[in-house]
Amino acid sequence: MRGGQGVARAPVLQFTNCRILRGGALLREDLWVRGGRILDPEKLFFEERRVADEQRDCGGRILAPGFIDVQINGGFGVDFSQATEDVGLGVALVARRILSHGVTSFCPTLVTSPPEVYHKVLPQIPVTSGGPHGAGVLGLHLEGPFISREKRGAHPEAHLRSFEANAFHDVLATYGPLDNVRIVTLAPELGRSHEVIRELTARGICVSLGHSVADLRAAEAAVQSGATFITHLFNAMLPFHHRDPGIVGLLTSDQLPPGRGIFYGMIADGTHTNPAALRIAHRAHPQGLVLVTDAIPALGLGNGRHTLGQQEVEVDGLTAYVAGTTTLSGSIAPMDVCVRHFLQATGCSVESALEAASLHPAQLLGLEKCKGTLDFGADADFVVLDDSLHVRATYISGELVWQAEEARQ
Amino acid sequence: MKLIILDHYSQASEWAAKYIRNRIIQFNPGPDKYFTLGLPTGLPREHPESYHSFMWNNFFKHIDIHPENTHILDGNAADLQAECDAFEEKIKAAGGIELFVGGIGPDGHVAFNEPGSSLVSRTRVKTLAMDTILANARFFDGKLASVPTMALTVGVGTVMDAREVMILITGAHKAFALYKAIEEGVNHMWTVSAFQQHPHSVFVCDEDATLELKGKTVKYFKGLMLVHNKLVDPLYSIKEKEIDKSQSSKKPYSD
Repeated sequence: MRGGQGVARAPVLQFTNCRILRGGALLREDLWVRGGRILDPEKLFFEERRVADEQRDCGGRILAPGFIDVQINGGFGVDFSQATEDVGLGVALVARRILSHGVTSFCPTLVTSPPEVYHKVLPQIPVTSGGPHGAGVLGLHLEGPFISREKRGAHPEAHLRSFEANAFHDVLATYGPLDNVRIVTLAPELGRSHEVIRELTARGICVSLGHSVADLRAAEAAVQSGATFITHLFNAMLPFHHRDPGIVGLLTSDQLPPGRGIFYGMIADGTHTNPAALRIAHRAHPQGLVLVTDAIPALGLGNGRHTLGQQEVEVDGLTAYVAGTTTLSGSIAPMDVCVRHFLQATGCSVESALEAASLHPAQLLGLEKCKGTLDFGADADFVVLDDSLHVRATYISGELVWQAEEARQ
Repeated sequence: MKLIILDHYSQASEWAAKYIRNRIIQFNPGPDKYFTLGLPTGLPREHPESYHSFMWNNFFKHIDIHPENTHILDGNAADLQAECDAFEEKIKAAGGIELFVGGIGPDGHVAFNEPGSSLVSRTRVKTLAMDTILANARFFDGKLASVPTMALTVGVGTVMDAREVMILITGAHKAFALYKAIEEGVNHMWTVSAFQQHPHSVFVCDEDATLELKGKTVKYFKGLMLVHNKLVDPLYSIKEKEIDKSQSSKKPYSD
C-alpha cells in the first residue's frame, strides 16, 4: 500500500552502509523509505524534524531499482500463452519466483495464439501491484499474431494474421478488450499498420517492431506513427546491411520524431546475441537498450521437453530450441544472469548495466517517475546486490519480499 | 592564539577535523551535557543551493544528530530581527557555544560580518558587500541579480562569547586577510582580528595562506607544530574512552 493520508505516520526506514544507484551513478548514500515510497531525508530532517524509526545495515552492498522485464513468456512450467482455467495462479507463481532474480515488475508475454486463447487469457491477467506475493504486473505484452511469416521464428505459422482488411477492428477481434495490454509487437510492413500503430498508441499502448522484414524506411515510418520499441534486436528481423540497415538502423536513424528516442530489447543470455553484436548496439545507442529475458516456461526447470504456445521446445543447458530444429525458442536465462552477462560482454559500467534492466524499461513504458529509479517519491521497489551483481534481497514498496539463503542466518 | 600551519589544503582540513573530534570526545558529551558547535550562517532557505541543503549534504546526513539539536537561522522568517534575537537566546539556553568553527573572507570577515561591522555585534541582518555577492554568484548560476543582498549572521560579539574559536584559512587569496588578522591591530575593517582578544583561538592554515606573513611569524609557529600536533595525536575514540578512563585526565595544551 502506498501514499494516502496515513503516510506521515508510517514508520521511516533508513537503509545504511550501502551504495545506491541514483542519477546514473553509484553514490555512497543512505536510502530512506516511508509508506512504500522513497523518501527525501533532507525534508524529513528540516521540515518534520524526525529521524528514522528503523535502520537497516546493508553490509556495503549495492541498492539498485528493481529490475523490470517487459518480455517474459512464462517460467517454472507456466506458459502465459496457454488458455488454462487457472491463468491467474500461473501468473502468480511466476511473479513470486522471479523475485529471486531481482525482478519487481514485469509484462507477461503471449506469443502468437488463436483468438480464443487471447479472449480467454487476457481478462485473467489484470495489472497488479507487486508485494510479498510477487512482482507487479505492469500489463501484457502481445507478441504477434500480426507478424511476418518469414520471420516468425518459434511462432506457429497457422495462427499468424494480418489486419489488411479491417485494420484496428481486426486487432480488437483477435485480442478482445485491450484494457490489460501494455505492449504489442507487430510487423510494420503489414498493410494498414500505420492506422493500427496510431490507434494503439492513442490508447497508451506501446507499439514494438519485431518479427519483421521491414526495411529502414518502413521502420522509420512506423516510429513516426508512434512505435517506440524494437522487440529483441537482431533476432527475427533482417540483418544489418550497409545500404539498408533495416530495423537495426533505427538505433542511429536521424528520421525519428524530435525529442523521441527508440528503445530496443536485447536478450543478453550469451546465446541470442553474439557479444560483438551486443557491443555494437550498445555503443551505437546505449540510452535505448532494454534488457529482456524473453524467458520461456522452461525457465527454472531442467533439461528436457516443454510447451511454449502451441509448440514443443527442447532445453539443453542455458539454451532452448524448437523441438527437432536449430531455431532458438526463447531464453531461459534469468534477468540477473542477463545483467551480469551484459556487464561482462560490453565492459560497460555497473550503472549502465543496472539502468538497462530498470530505468530504460521504465522509460519505455512512461513509468520513470515511480519505477526504475530510486528518486524521491518513486515506489520503493529495489534489489540489494553484491559487487558481482548477484541478488541478495528484493524489496517491493519498502518491504522485504525475497532474501538469499545466507542472509537469513 | 595557536597558528597551525600545514602544507596543503587537505592536510589543514584533516588536522582541523581531528582537533574538533578530540575536543568533542574530551568534553565527554552526554544526554545532559551537550557539546555546542557553532558554524557561520549562509544562503537563504528557498534556494536549491540553500544553506540547509549545504548543511545536510556536507554534515548532517553523515552523522546521527537529532534535528531537534540543530538550529539554523531562518532567512524566511516574518520578523528577521526577532529571528536573530531568538537565535541569541537559543545559544544562551544551550549553555553557550563550546567551539565556533569558521572561515575568513578575502576581506577579513568572519561569518557575514563585513568590514565595518561592530566588533561587539550580535546576531542580526547584514547587508552583504559586493565582494561577497560576487563570491556567492556561483550558487545562483552566475546571475548577480539573483544573489541575495542581505543575510542573517551571527555577530562578532556572538562568536567572541564562544569558549573557543577555530578559523580555517587556506589559499593564497586569503593570505592578506590572515596577515591583517594576526599581524596588524584589532580593526573593524578586518573583523577576524577581533579574535586576538579571545583567550582560546586556533587558526589552521596551509602554506599558501601564510604568504603575506613575516618569515619569523611562520618560523615561530612552524617550530611549535611538534607540540601542537599532540592535540591531534593520539586521536581519541569514544569506545576507547569508555574502556580507558585515564585518557580523560589529559588536559588540552594551552599557550
